[in-house]
Amino acid sequence: MHETRTISLTVNGETSTNAVPVRQNLVDFLRNTLGLTGSHVGCEHGVCGACTLEVNGAMVRGCLMLAVQADGAEITTVEGFADSGRGADLRQAFVDRNALQCGYCTPGMLASALEYVEGGGVADRSAIREHLSGNYCRCTGYQSIVDAVCDVIDGRARS
Amino acid sequence: MSVHKSLPHDAARLHVTGTARYVDDIPTPTGCLHLAFGTSPVAKGRLTALNLDAVRAAPGVVAVMSGADFEVIPDCSPSAHDEPLLSDGTIHYAGQPLFMVVAESHLLARKAAALATPEIAEEPAVLTIDDALAAGTIFEDGPRVYGKGDVEAALRMTARTIDGQLEIGGQEHFYLEGQAALALPQEGGDMVIHSSSQHPTEIQHKVADALGLAMHGVRVEVRRMGGGFGGKESQGNHLAIACALAARATGRACKMRYDRDDDFIITGKRHDLRIGYRVGFDPDGRVTAVDFTHYVRCGWSMDLSLPVADRAMLHADNAYDLPACRITSHRLRTNTQSATAFRGFGGPQGMVGIERVMDHVAHALNMDPLAVRRVNYYAEAQGDGTDASGGSLLAKMKAGARVLDSAAVAGRGAVKVDGGGGRAARFGGPHSRPPVAPRDAMTPYGMKVEDFALHRITTQLAAACDYDARRAAVADWNARQPVLKKGIALTPVKFGISFTLTHLNQAGALVHVYQDGSIQMNHGGTEMGQGLFQKVAQVAAARFGVGLDAIKITATDTAKVPNTSATAASSGTDLNGMAVQAACDEIRARIAKVVAPELQARAENVVFADGMVRAGTAAMTFGEAVQRAYMARISLSATGFYATPKIAWDRIAGQGRPFYYFAYGAACSEVVIDTLTGENRILRTDILHDAGSSLNPALDIGQIEGGFVQGAGWLTTEELVWDATGRLRTHAPSTYKIPACSDRPEVFNVALWDGANREETVYRSKAVGEPPLMLGISVWSALAQACAACGPAYPDLPAPATAEAVLAAVERARG
Repeated sequence: MHETRTISLTVNGETSTNAVPVRQNLVDFLRNTLGLTGSHVGCEHGVCGACTLEVNGAMVRGCLMLAVQADGAEITTVEGFADSGRGADLRQAFVDRNALQCGYCTPGMLASALEYVEGGGVADRSAIREHLSGNYCRCTGYQSIVDAVCDVIDGRARS
Repeated sequence: MSVHKSLPHDAARLHVTGTARYVDDIPTPTGCLHLAFGTSPVAKGRLTALNLDAVRAAPGVVAVMSGADFEVIPDCSPSAHDEPLLSDGTIHYAGQPLFMVVAESHLLARKAAALATPEIAEEPAVLTIDDALAAGTIFEDGPRVYGKGDVEAALRMTARTIDGQLEIGGQEHFYLEGQAALALPQEGGDMVIHSSSQHPTEIQHKVADALGLAMHGVRVEVRRMGGGFGGKESQGNHLAIACALAARATGRACKMRYDRDDDFIITGKRHDLRIGYRVGFDPDGRVTAVDFTHYVRCGWSMDLSLPVADRAMLHADNAYDLPACRITSHRLRTNTQSATAFRGFGGPQGMVGIERVMDHVAHALNMDPLAVRRVNYYAEAQGDGTDASGGSLLAKMKAGARVLDSAAVAGRGAVKVDGGGGRAARFGGPHSRPPVAPRDAMTPYGMKVEDFALHRITTQLAAACDYDARRAAVADWNARQPVLKKGIALTPVKFGISFTLTHLNQAGALVHVYQDGSIQMNHGGTEMGQGLFQKVAQVAAARFGVGLDAIKITATDTAKVPNTSATAASSGTDLNGMAVQAACDEIRARIAKVVAPELQARAENVVFADGMVRAGTAAMTFGEAVQRAYMARISLSATGFYATPKIAWDRIAGQGRPFYYFAYGAACSEVVIDTLTGENRILRTDILHDAGSSLNPALDIGQIEGGFVQGAGWLTTEELVWDATGRLRTHAPSTYKIPACSDRPEVFNVALWDGANREETVYRSKAVGEPPLMLGISVWSALAQACAACGPAYPDLPAPATAEAVLAAVERARG
């Protein structure tokens, strides 16, 4: 537990080098060491999806990856998406559609939704539901989340 | 005006950028310590030895405390003072905290906690309802009994009777953010607590008690929770008290959050019930008498079990005028987690009981269950101002259509219901036939139902979702398909609004207007995602006639508004909206008095609207008016207070008016089951729900959609399993299945019933937090219909209707 390794990685466009406990999860490192508390810890075993974030272009569970595994990686969290403007239409759609209530699942849900939208997903409600079924939301009943994703896909197709 | 508008959640922008702070996100002072509990692996026994040497020696450990370290172990109970923070030597359930570890990090604390070697002399545990009945372990001196009429006589005289018994499972809250608390020691021994709690005043009270302080020595702040659902009404006490004790002992900030498995294993859940029933009915399906027996599994401590069990009894009638009715409620003590508040607070369990009775009667008579329901409905309210008008619900609810148009959130507004059909239908159809037994619109607890709207709601919904045609289509499908069977059910909800503990129905608010015209608003309600803060801010903006950007919403704080009730019982907006309104009106009157001479008007004729303060043609901006008041040395700060009128309740006699009013709704769900595996899907759900004159239709629809899905989850996939030794084996989402995005109905139409509350609630709105959860009963009832389509016998489907339970019910139906 106390054994550490030094890792260098790029998080939201900024490079940092830190000594991390070898057993520390990536999401704990981001939250506790870098202060990026937008990624939330829900179940800590990869089921709820609240900690979903981007590592080297793929959406992953921040709780199922060790920080040391992210050595050399490029990571984007919800804060990074907001800073860069990437997925701004998706965030706006979540606001407009009331696609959040307590908001705890929102950063992870946005990451998975962004993966679908950027991956060329179509505005097919069944396909969207299937894609988002790894992200739990206990508040909304998901209807408004699927509405928001459909809005964004329709909007991007028009522009 | 800012009310009756679909505006986004106040923190939506913060949530989508990851900048909304929860307790675990609050920056802590240097040296913040972290806590973890060590818990009992067995359900009942005596702690004979607790060797904590290895725990104390573990890396990063600063302190370890067990029950033996206290002269009097601090109490965590919200009711009976029967929940010591740490075991006093007696073990009451598997998961009970025995000791607590204070360490340099969350992980080090948890790792150290696992090193203890408690020695426990095990005793036979009381785990199930049958165990508790055999052992006679109960709360209160005996069962509570509510009712009306002569049940025995009515059952003797009735044409037919049926006996049945139903098991209803509990439910884990699964708030996405687990329990969390942070204690910050202050000068002079005072303590500041940040807690993920629905009840800051309770946290303040219990922490003060634990520290030996007066309540004024403890300040509790709650900005938001990542979900509550009742699970943070009392279950956060342990963490806040533990952190406060550790903070006092170490002089350092202390934080605790439960790991998800610990959260499942330590905290209480929804009460599971066994409901026995004997029902008498005539050949038309009219119920003449029902005799219910509720067996409520309360767990090891009293917690909120008495009012929960009471509310189950108070909803044993749901929408039905039962000429004779008796509800006998046994509150059983078991060696399991202490069952606690969960959205609906016992109401859902009571309601499932009577809905099951309606389905059973319909099965016995081979009638449409909806016809049986309607023939038993309470009488519709007359001339109560809830006439539906305008628009067409029907057009918006065609199968497959997206009800919500694709505009912004404003487009998710109230769908006005079609007026003509509803009223006319009241004089036709089965429900208008003369009753064979006296019906007096009186509940089994002596409260007259004066605002009943379910005849019209049901008529509208049944027409909008093509209930009759689809029921025929389902029967046709079932006649042709050997493997996949369908079911459809339309079920009503009537839910009583108010805390049944009458004194809790009060709220306070504090409103400041600053010199620049900006306004800070505070009240006793807590935000757990439901949109309370936004709805109340809309009220404040409407009172001052300003835009919402002029209102600052601030965290709930026991130093600003004292003696608050929990944000529970769906009462948040009703109570706090009225308190904020009172505070705003007080300040508004003061400002009006100052500016009236300048506007050449009487103060009572000064109007606040559109950012202006005006009388006739004379006007000034709100900011100018505020400046005038400041210069005239007039206070621009006020408290507001509200106490719900009309209510009075004797819970022992079971008589009175426990509720200010009722909220109504109905849902129609169609399902399909695979008779080879029991697997099932919700194909379509249509909902028409009464939120009065909605303050914010978008937020209310969000509550309805989410509540329905949570209720459907409770009654289908969410199964709690304890093993024979009393250990909870479903203690994480890997084994406990809440609805995912792919589980919700394929077609899902939700509309608001457009009617004002007949009672004088805030802008005539109605509470909407809990009632929609019970719309999920339609799914369970539809599954029972699908099972019944498999054979001649009664399928006797329990709850939750897991795939396994459905498969067994199919076998029973086949006989």
